Amino acid sequence: MSSGKGGVGKSVIAATLALILRRRGHRVGLLDLDLTSPATHLILGVEGLQPEEERGIIPPLAHGLSYMSIVFYAVDEPAPLRGADVSNAIIELMAITRWGELDYLVIDMPPGISDATLDMIRLTKGLSFLVVTTPSRVAFETVRKLLALLRDLEVPVIGVVENMVMKPSSRIRAQVEILGDTYLGSVTFDPRLEEALGDVERLMGTRFAKTLTQVASEAERRIM
Amino acid sequence: MNFCFSSHLKKSCHHHLLLVGVLTKNSCENKLSLGLLSLGMHEWALAEGVVSTVTRIAEEEGLEEITEVTVKIGELQQVERDILKFALDQMRTPIMKNAKLVLELVKAKLKCRVCGEEWLFSPDALSEEVSEAIHFVPEMAHVYLKCPRCGSPDFEVSEGRGVWLALVKGLKKDE
Repeated sequence: MSSGKGGVGKSVIAATLALILRRRGHRVGLLDLDLTSPATHLILGVEGLQPEEERGIIPPLAHGLSYMSIVFYAVDEPAPLRGADVSNAIIELMAITRWGELDYLVIDMPPGISDATLDMIRLTKGLSFLVVTTPSRVAFETVRKLLALLRDLEVPVIGVVENMVMKPSSRIRAQVEILGDTYLGSVTFDPRLEEALGDVERLMGTRFAKTLTQVASEAERRIM
Repeated sequence: MNFCFSSHLKKSCHHHLLLVGVLTKNSCENKLSLGLLSLGMHEWALAEGVVSTVTRIAEEEGLEEITEVTVKIGELQQVERDILKFALDQMRTPIMKNAKLVLELVKAKLKCRVCGEEWLFSPDALSEEVSEAIHFVPEMAHVYLKCPRCGSPDFEVSEGRGVWLALVKGLKKDE
């Protein structure tokens, strides 16, 4: 789950999508790789969990998801990491985490096309990008660059989700299709979403989650 | 014929270990680049990485028997030397059967990017939770440690972050 910009809803979409896939019976992992600004633990209301140490670390289960985040180690302290530190920490996490058998590993990426994105492209086999944008030209301009990079590097893109849509428009869909990428769908801005964060049952009952279910089906169909 | 592989070890900013090997065979030196090698920090994963690299070096150099393996352990991650030694012993391959295993601790040196202060990492002062966090993800040092002079978390680990394979000695078949 990636985007050129922050604040477009990557983490909420990543966490909700992971839950949707889990409820469809898949074995799902969720990895929060936003090391300096992790958020999925707040969205899922994860408390009191810790990985188990067994020849590496085994992610704890959070609402049925194998869940890994830097918050297990940084807790709620700031983690001021430079690019090389981010790279090293990502390599460390990827090396020591024992996911076991999974159908999907949903990775919530930090925004942009910097260290974390380049490292994951460099080091991970079988990686596909699901890109999140908003209708804002400011967000889409950065997404366009991310999509261009992924095309140049021949990294598969599942498609683009348009989040926080306030009024219907086909502008983003048209621009995604001009780039030759797949528009997976739009998610209408849901004013009730914020109050549902941290409570998975309420989250899954929001209009946001219901719309995302259709996006998940389209994404699954594309992956298959 | 006695054969000695000694490597000049450099810490890579992206990996625990970068081996740029210089092969010493009598007086002749051949440059040997082994490229990047990633070793997971956990002791068993580390041991696996050491054994697989030693095996690869032995194959590449046509060694019949390994006589000595030296591993350097950076102090920052507080890798348990005894567990690593035990794991290495358990994983000995036939070619390493009689090899002497040397595990050396290397002090972790930190250098502040703001004021230039240099200091040594001292694990004794840390709580168990902090120790464990740094053990698993060494970059968590930036969460819990500060420059003793100016208080900044913006420092570099100039030495002693990872684990290095420092020396592989072995016997080579006479040509």
